[in-house]
Amino acid sequence: MATGFFNWISQSAAVTLYNLRTIPERRGAALAAAVGIAGVVVVLVGVLSIAEGFHRAMTVAGSPAVALVLRSGSDSEMTSGLTHDQTRLIADAPGVARNDGGALASAELFVIINLPKRSTGTDANVPLRGVSPTAFDVRGNVTLLAGRRFAPGRNEVVVGAGAARQFAGLEVGRTIRVGQNDWAVVGIFAADGGVAESEIWTDAAVLQPAYHRQDTYQAVYVRLTAPDAFPAFSAALTTNPQLSVKVVRQSDYYAEQSTTLTAFIRTIGVAVAGLMALGALFGALNTMYSAVAARTREIATLRALGFGAGPVVCSVLLESLALALIGGAAGAALAYGAFDGFQTSTINWQTFSQVAFAFKVSLPLLVQAIGWAAAIGLAGGIFPALHAARIPIAAALRET
Amino acid sequence: MSTPNGPLIEIQDVEKIYRRGAEEIHVLSGLNLTVARGEFLALMGPSGSGKSTLLNLLGGLDRPDRGTVTVEGKRIDQLSDRQLAAWRARHVGLVFQFYNLLPAMTAERNVELPLLLTDLSRRERRQHVATALAIVGLAHRTRHYPGQLSGGEQQRVGIARAIVTDPTLLLCDEPTGDLDRKSGDEILGLLQALNREQGKTILMVTHDPHASARASRTVHLDKGQLSADPPA
Ligand SMILES: Nc1ncnc2c1ncn2[C@@H]1O[C@H](COP(=O)(O)OP(=O)(O)OP(=O)(O)O)[C@@H](O)[C@H]1O
Ligand SMILES: [Mg+2]
Repeated sequence: MATGFFNWISQSAAVTLYNLRTIPERRGAALAAAVGIAGVVVVLVGVLSIAEGFHRAMTVAGSPAVALVLRSGSDSEMTSGLTHDQTRLIADAPGVARNDGGALASAELFVIINLPKRSTGTDANVPLRGVSPTAFDVRGNVTLLAGRRFAPGRNEVVVGAGAARQFAGLEVGRTIRVGQNDWAVVGIFAADGGVAESEIWTDAAVLQPAYHRQDTYQAVYVRLTAPDAFPAFSAALTTNPQLSVKVVRQSDYYAEQSTTLTAFIRTIGVAVAGLMALGALFGALNTMYSAVAARTREIATLRALGFGAGPVVCSVLLESLALALIGGAAGAALAYGAFDGFQTSTINWQTFSQVAFAFKVSLPLLVQAIGWAAAIGLAGGIFPALHAARIPIAAALRET
Repeated sequence: MSTPNGPLIEIQDVEKIYRRGAEEIHVLSGLNLTVARGEFLALMGPSGSGKSTLLNLLGGLDRPDRGTVTVEGKRIDQLSDRQLAAWRARHVGLVFQFYNLLPAMTAERNVELPLLLTDLSRRERRQHVATALAIVGLAHRTRHYPGQLSGGEQQRVGIARAIVTDPTLLLCDEPTGDLDRKSGDEILGLLQALNREQGKTILMVTHDPHASARASRTVHLDKGQLSADPPA
């Protein structure tokens, strides 16, 4: 039995190697099939890398140790509102981390401003966020790439790296005019590629009067002592009769904001790639049928010599798989080169403002695409393979 | 199981019918044939008389509709497809009119093919291949592809492939049918030597009386039946 199995493997290997060696004679059809499959992979990877990049931008910087407190009933910061007293109560809640400056809680407000995009020159929405000076320590992942932080009490802003890339006039030393006020750009910051990089930050105490907000805020960001301090923190706030708030982890909040768009992009990507896969499948089928037809007499000869039907099926399948994987790998390489890191921005429908992000061709995405290619190869090979196994030996030997 | 003293091949009352739509072609009808070990038998007959069909039944490439085919005491008409494939690999060497070599493989690779169905090691396979190619006089052309060889040389490779597993029975379907007289003679000489020196039992289909003269016995197939002498 063991030798039988080994025998079967070596038979399959011998026939497969032989088949692969004859590919150059059929390179036209083989190339067409491989290119079709490469096309599927490029489209699949290209579109899904958009979803992946957007999702990543929205979630990568969301720390499970950071919580976001909104007015109860609001879906986003846009629709939330909190008074100064409420933000104090929130900062004093159990589970909030502290440093020398006090509680790591940042009461923030959020306005949307218009700035011209670099690419088109037309105006688009950018979030201008008023934060407490502790905001940098609360987020924990904000680093200055250029310049310095804004000085409290002054009309100064620091600009996220993504916003600086997408919008004109956001270099350090420039001034932006918003409403009646001029704001000096004093720094550029990064936030691990997260959504904060699409924002502009300033001192909340300066932003409030500029936008006639009195002493109100829209959200409080707090750093928890540890990620598992969240349940106690949340319970303390939601059971406090003086507050009517909703508490979410920052990571969940951004993930939730990205789900709709991400799912939408993924659906489109899979649908388009699926249609193309159908075309590529027929290409593979056609290629393998003609490969088998061209080799009818050779297959019959091998069978006459005593090679089994199984190894013949296996060899046709493996050949189809090999063509598909070659096409898939080429497509994956092409997609990686063309799309990975491609910078763009889109509108985040939860905040109606631009989110800068980079297409992300991740390893799981490449694996998924290669999986598609393999599936197309196997599906395109199975019928020709079974056909090859059913070739009547005696009759096929007569063919010259 | 095998009966060394009995006949190598025993065909009894074999019938083979091809159906093409409603039409039935009775190719073999009640055919009997006994071949002793060590015979070199020539099988002649008009085109379409069923010579290849008979050879295919003997080689386990096809099954009769009726009757029995016994080779070395084994009823091969009762074997399954899978068993037949394994049986062919061990017991028969096939030589074709058009050589049926795989064009993308060198001569030695072609000859090695049947050995891939055995448990021989790579080294043992190489030795067997070298021996077989030496027997057919092609030790110097091992790395050539079929397209680089003449018809006669290709047929030698075909014969090397047929004998590399050392089968008792060689089935040759018009082995010289595609060759000129000189190459054909060389192939016939080779088959004769294999028969005499290595004791191979050979069944050779041929149209050529010149070829059948090299055999130890000739039978004629006509209208589904065999006869020892040419029909008058
Ligand atoms: N698979 C098949 N289906 C239908 N008819 C067949 C098949 N194989 C052979 N025949 C028919 O059976 C008859 C005998 O064929 P076979 O090939 O055995 O003849 P042959 O004696 O070898 O002829 P030749 O000398 O031309 O090679 C022919 O009439 C042929 O057309
Ligand atoms: Mg014939």
